[in-house]
Amino acid sequence: MPTLLNMPIQASVGGFYPGDILVVLISFLILLLLVKKFAWGPLLDMMQKREEYVVNELEEAEKNRKHAEELAKEAEQRLGEMRKEAQDMMENSRTLAAKQEQEIIEAAKEEAKRLKQSAQADIKHEKDSAIQELQEQVASLSVMIASKVIEKELTEDGQKDLIDEYVKQLGEDHA
Amino acid sequence: MDHEAPIVENAFGIPWLDFNLSNVTMVLVTSVIVLVLSILGTRKLQMKPTGVQNFMEWVVDFVKNIINDAMDWKTGKMFLPLGLTLITFIFVSNLLGLMTIVEFNGNLWWKSPTADPGVTLTLALMVILLTHYYGMKLRGPKAYFKSYVEPFPALLPINIVEEFANTLTLGLRLFGNIYAGEVLLGLILTLTTSIGVFGVFGFIPMIVWQGFSVFIGGIQAFIFTVLTMVYMSHKVTSDH
Repeated sequence: MPTLLNMPIQASVGGFYPGDILVVLISFLILLLLVKKFAWGPLLDMMQKREEYVVNELEEAEKNRKHAEELAKEAEQRLGEMRKEAQDMMENSRTLAAKQEQEIIEAAKEEAKRLKQSAQADIKHEKDSAIQELQEQVASLSVMIASKVIEKELTEDGQKDLIDEYVKQLGEDHA
Repeated sequence: MDHEAPIVENAFGIPWLDFNLSNVTMVLVTSVIVLVLSILGTRKLQMKPTGVQNFMEWVVDFVKNIINDAMDWKTGKMFLPLGLTLITFIFVSNLLGLMTIVEFNGNLWWKSPTADPGVTLTLALMVILLTHYYGMKLRGPKAYFKSYVEPFPALLPINIVEEFANTLTLGLRLFGNIYAGEVLLGLILTLTTSIGVFGVFGFIPMIVWQGFSVFIGGIQAFIFTVLTMVYMSHKVTSDH
């Protein structure tokens, strides 16, 4: 009968049995081969693969970081260029504006001067023509007076009347 | 009352071939358990390890560290499967005797296979032979034989004795620890069953001792593997 409990010493020291030795050796070596092939081998492969994967990923990350750094540097450089360009443009437009302002003022002054000159010329011309007309009138008037005087008997009264009349006539003509 | 081991003498009609069937059974049981657990533990391997794969990888790293302590990894790499098999085999062996004991017709059938000096000495002998084999293979016969007369020729007998002493101590240390554990377990069991109702309290020292034996079993498996790698490194590396 199998008994589990009522025994004083459970372990026993056996002798040496050649069969045991063979069994231990053979079963251990078979076990070694089997676990190497079916358990530890694949596990080690997987660990190796993961190690390589991690190394690759790290390298990749390093590469990416470098690339990003380059890109950032380039962007910064480009930004600086842009800023400089914008500044130049602003400067240019400022000088251009000042120049144009100057030109406009100059032109306006020129115009004003020209207008003034032409106005002066007009005035002079008008004045000259008025004087000339007056002179012509005075001349014809004198001729007319002279002819009237000659026509009439030249009395003092008559002369006076004559002159008055002509002056009056003149005033009516030029009204 | 000591009990007997199931001995078969002159098996298959071969005069010197004797078996202790208990050892044979337990070695086979241990091998099967280790094989099944190892294969179950390494199924569905993934890049991102989960659950039991983590544990198996921890075991691998553990043994890797043991080897790294003894020799450089370039040579040590090839001994990783040996170390893994040794540590799992011995650990499972040590634990088997703690769980239960089966006796049939006065013969003890279920125990730790490592509680038998024949088994442990066989393991030790195998390990030592492997160290000699690899020593000769990796360093060449000349360097191998020269290592017996180093540091000077007068040490030759001591070097030779050392090989046998290594084998004996490696095997008997493991055997002694596990055997003693089982003896004490048996004594506590006897105590528990022999004092009637109060025997229930015997469970307390029993649990304590079983816990301690698990610890011992782990330690002994570890020590066996460490010493294997140390002896191996003595043989396969030239620098001491």
